[in-house]
Amino acid sequence: MTLHEDLAPRAPDPALGGIIKLAVMAVGGQGGGVLAGWIESVGRAGGYAVQATSVAGVAQRTGATIYYIEMAPRPAPTTGRQPVFSLMPSAGDVDILVAAEMMEAGRAILRGFVTPDRTTLIASTHRALAVSEKTVPGDGIASSEEVRAAIGVAARRAILFDMDRLAIDHGSVISASLFGALAGSGALPFARPAFRAAVAAGGKGAEASLAAFEAAADMAEGGGDAPQAASDPVSSAAITGPARLLRDWLRLSDRIAALPEPVRAMAGAGLRKVVDFQDCAYGGLYLDRLERVLAADRPGAEWELTREAAKHIANAMAYDDVIRVADLKTRAARMVRIGGEMGAGEGRILALTEFFHPRADEIVGMLPARMGARWRADPARMAWLDRWFGKGRRIRSDRVLPFLILWLAGGLRGWRVHTLRHADETAHLEGWLSEVLAVAGDDPALAAEMIRCRRLIKGYSDTHARGLSKFDRVMEGARLLRGRADAADWTRRLREAALMDEEGKALEGALATVRSFL
Amino acid sequence: MAERSFKAEVEDLRLGAGRTFTGEGILALTKALLENGVGYVGGYQGAPISHLMDVLADAQDLMAELGVRFEANASEAAAAAMLAASVHYPIRGAVTFKGSVGVNVASDALANLASSGVTGGALVIVGEDYGEGSSIMQERSHAFAMKSQFWLLDPRPNLPSIVKAVGDGFDLSEATNSPVMLMVRIRSCHVTGTFECKDNRRPQLSVTEALSSPRRDFSRVVLPPMSYAHEQDKIRNRWPAAQKFIAERHLNEVFGPKGARVGIVLQGGMYNGVIRALQRLGLADLYGDTEIPLYVMNVTYPVVEKEFIAFCEGKDSLLVVEEGQPEFIEQGLAAVILRAGLGVRLHGKGLLPMAGEYTGQVMLDGVTAFLRSAAPGMLAGRVRAPNEDAPQIPDLSKVVPIRPPGFCTGCPERPIFAALKLVERELGRHQITADIGCHLFATLPPFEIGGSTMGYGLGPASNAAFDGGGERRPLSIIGDGGFWHNGLATSIGNMVFNRSDGVVVVVDNFYSAATGGQDVMSSRAENATKATKNPIARAVQGIGVNWVRQIDRTYDVGRMRDVLREALTTPEKGPKVIVASSECMLNRQRREKPLARQAIREGRRVEAPRFGVDEAICTGDHACIRLSGCPSLGLKRLDDPLRDDPVAHIDQSCVGCGNCGEVADAAILCPSFYRADVIHNPGPFERWRARLAARLTGWLMARRAARRLAFDGGRP
Repeated sequence: MTLHEDLAPRAPDPALGGIIKLAVMAVGGQGGGVLAGWIESVGRAGGYAVQATSVAGVAQRTGATIYYIEMAPRPAPTTGRQPVFSLMPSAGDVDILVAAEMMEAGRAILRGFVTPDRTTLIASTHRALAVSEKTVPGDGIASSEEVRAAIGVAARRAILFDMDRLAIDHGSVISASLFGALAGSGALPFARPAFRAAVAAGGKGAEASLAAFEAAADMAEGGGDAPQAASDPVSSAAITGPARLLRDWLRLSDRIAALPEPVRAMAGAGLRKVVDFQDCAYGGLYLDRLERVLAADRPGAEWELTREAAKHIANAMAYDDVIRVADLKTRAARMVRIGGEMGAGEGRILALTEFFHPRADEIVGMLPARMGARWRADPARMAWLDRWFGKGRRIRSDRVLPFLILWLAGGLRGWRVHTLRHADETAHLEGWLSEVLAVAGDDPALAAEMIRCRRLIKGYSDTHARGLSKFDRVMEGARLLRGRADAADWTRRLREAALMDEEGKALEGALATVRSFL
Repeated sequence: MAERSFKAEVEDLRLGAGRTFTGEGILALTKALLENGVGYVGGYQGAPISHLMDVLADAQDLMAELGVRFEANASEAAAAAMLAASVHYPIRGAVTFKGSVGVNVASDALANLASSGVTGGALVIVGEDYGEGSSIMQERSHAFAMKSQFWLLDPRPNLPSIVKAVGDGFDLSEATNSPVMLMVRIRSCHVTGTFECKDNRRPQLSVTEALSSPRRDFSRVVLPPMSYAHEQDKIRNRWPAAQKFIAERHLNEVFGPKGARVGIVLQGGMYNGVIRALQRLGLADLYGDTEIPLYVMNVTYPVVEKEFIAFCEGKDSLLVVEEGQPEFIEQGLAAVILRAGLGVRLHGKGLLPMAGEYTGQVMLDGVTAFLRSAAPGMLAGRVRAPNEDAPQIPDLSKVVPIRPPGFCTGCPERPIFAALKLVERELGRHQITADIGCHLFATLPPFEIGGSTMGYGLGPASNAAFDGGGERRPLSIIGDGGFWHNGLATSIGNMVFNRSDGVVVVVDNFYSAATGGQDVMSSRAENATKATKNPIARAVQGIGVNWVRQIDRTYDVGRMRDVLREALTTPEKGPKVIVASSECMLNRQRREKPLARQAIREGRRVEAPRFGVDEAICTGDHACIRLSGCPSLGLKRLDDPLRDDPVAHIDQSCVGCGNCGEVADAAILCPSFYRADVIHNPGPFERWRARLAARLTGWLMARRAARRLAFDGGRP
């Protein structure tokens, strides 16, 4: 909650006695109209003249929408006078702003509807991501923290919590919890039972709405939540398994313990990932590679190079092949998680359909390395494979036979090391690593950036191919830049550009810049 | 069935004299029509008057009782043409559509109507779609009133004023033999408030009765020499009659003190905004009592010169508050001042912006600037010399993403455009035109398909320059709404006649979905008063298209892609039309959800599908999102230090439409998607089979788990 004690609330204009201006900013489909209707009826029941407006239109389809309500004590009918209300909110002139999503709270601030002299901001902290945030190949999610910081400055008082989660937990929708938060905030001059009556009059769904309403009202009376501290991502959960494997694991753990402190957490996470992917021997190989990097690293930059290597070598070694996908899809914990999320349970059963689309590449990838390479070189064979295997397959993993096929595929880990895919991945990894190590001696910062480029390789099929090509181009840029003092910085920029769009237009631009000054 | 039902609210339309009506602007308009003895109503939906059409449709029973005919017209042109009934018969008629596009479409009929003149009151209720929330080009309907001599009402935006304007409009129309346009802005359509009711009135002559005694008079037909006479009649008789009527009935209002040296002239629709600016400046109170004289033009065309000149008397400066461009009213008033040789200084555009909506801030700035120059003594010191120490609020313009409207969760149009994007990856970019409707959202990311929109039903016609063909075929999109509005003849007919080699995708979602789910000719629903179920494919074949493909499940992305590819590559010449049909998910959910809930309660078997993503398998490249943009398909940051990028995540709002899985399959994306069907109230055999499968698969999973190391309790 934010209170600007230094900025005394502006005394209401005597000419405008008792007028309350309230705006609701929502995303189309959130039930903003229902909320506005409730606010209207609580105002009318409370002896106020109320006017509500909205701009319904195509913006209702998932776009940003706004509802606006003004109310003032109803004049006696004998006066024959009616208040003149505005039909839209004005910057610097809103008493209560209800935002049904975090970025809509940000938009409200941006439009000047939240000001420290008067505005009580009631906002749900959850995010409904805009398309522009989701389509970025990297991380394009807008910063809720910046909005939170701006709220701290802009709002006279703020009530913030995840009202969407609260509504869902009570089997309702966000309009109910927003209304509850408004009631609990005390920003309107009506008592909670009056609010409750407005919801109860709604008829169908009123019960669930009321539950969400009450919970949100209680929460708001307490002032909303405090920003949560991020949980420690690297938990040291218990590791269980057969005694022989645990002995092997202990030996690997000892090697982790011997690493410099700043590297250990990441190396531990990486080790778990590769051991889970294959076995302890593979984990040993991971640590071998990491120790090679460590030998070339310097303690100066907190072992940045080794720490980054611990992350990206693990990701490279735990590549996404058919075996891994099948293995991950046939674990008990997954079935429990899905059942919980989907609400299976007493009297309900769950049918699961997996979407696979194997291609010839993936099939030959499973063949022994030399044979696979021969097949791959033969376009006729590849076309034949695609004809026979390359089509979409929907696998009912809740049924015994399809499950068994997946389960068997997931058990081919012993076979994996002989496959063409494994040979490909290993060659790529070793090539990349040796290039990085060659640079590490004179420019460890550049080496760390080159390690980070591994982030570009992700996805399957075409997406994977595009990622690889971006990786190659950024590495090529790094090679060109080698020897310059700003090589690491420019390599970072190239990588960030590569993550901005799918086709790599931003990357092409950045590369052109690099070539222009070389 | 429309998206929003007004069945409960229309009961209030029966309220009689002495009762108070509380509700929305559009309902008040409908009530006013009934109180004024309207004989027939019609229109075409579109924001902001879509709901007015819905209200009228829901009020059909009441209207039938009163002998009022309701027509859901095929287009705005059809609606305007319907007013022909008021040319010869003393029957009041009203139609509604959105401006300015509806007026564009209707302009042929409107111009002819204005030339002929009317006997019964003819009212065109235009929902002016301008400013925030608008979905069209930013223009004014005002020009149409001027060019055809329609009288244009723009009442103050409160319910009593709007209701009064309906009655005034009919009277004005009959007194001057001219049609009248009543303009309501977006917010006034949806503004809530109260007004005192009168009794509903049956029409003096109903349309059914009129059919028994037909009338005609060739002097009303727009043909020479009568058309010349019409023009003279407009100027010599109808115009002065209108000015006289407006003045005598005091349709325009004057507020505020008599003696002030300054004044504000404003459109009625701007009244609340101007008052708010004055309230904030301390020059008006809550009830609109103002210290600055206001001349409120509830009739914005024609100008009543005498009235205006009287208002100017004793004033040095005037501010004209006229939203939109160009400034027709201001120019007209300037001409009056010049011709009458008045010494008053006229302000308007300049202090107020020429273009764009007059928001609260714009209005406050404009009025302040006017008073600062014309009457600084009236401004409080705080305004004259601001001395406020406002805290610096962080700039969020780089943080907050834009949020344009997009396809809803589970929208059946999404897979059509996903398939189109995939085809373009194979065959290269094509020349694509868009149309009006929800499918226009495909022009935005993530699809970015279609580069122009020329009007409703004109998508294929706007590709006509490319009908001659070339290396790649031109492609255009049209919706079922646009198809029936204008598209069949203007777009498809044009292609057939000109031997186009282009491809058309008709997006058929069973409704006029973007305007709120009204039925159209090809809707699949039973409609008690309208003829539905007329297949688009048959209409297309009927006017001579030979290559037609009907797709009945758009979610089949693979098939959608194959048919598109075939259309773009087949050696067959001539127009190629793909009708892609699946029901609007918004409407479908509204229909099916309550039924499913009921079925579950009653113990019947119900499958509830939803999609999910395996976090460990998703690599966070977001390729699936670039082929979807579904609101329920979002991102999630993982609690894993090894992962830099957020992964795809499907929330509980998923309706299980299947697009994710289909796209993952057709585009060969990744195997992380799964569909989970929760089966409520399964049968005994199903239950037994599930139990058996769970036991066997459970045993297999436990067996493998026992032979490996488990981290974090085996969390995948």
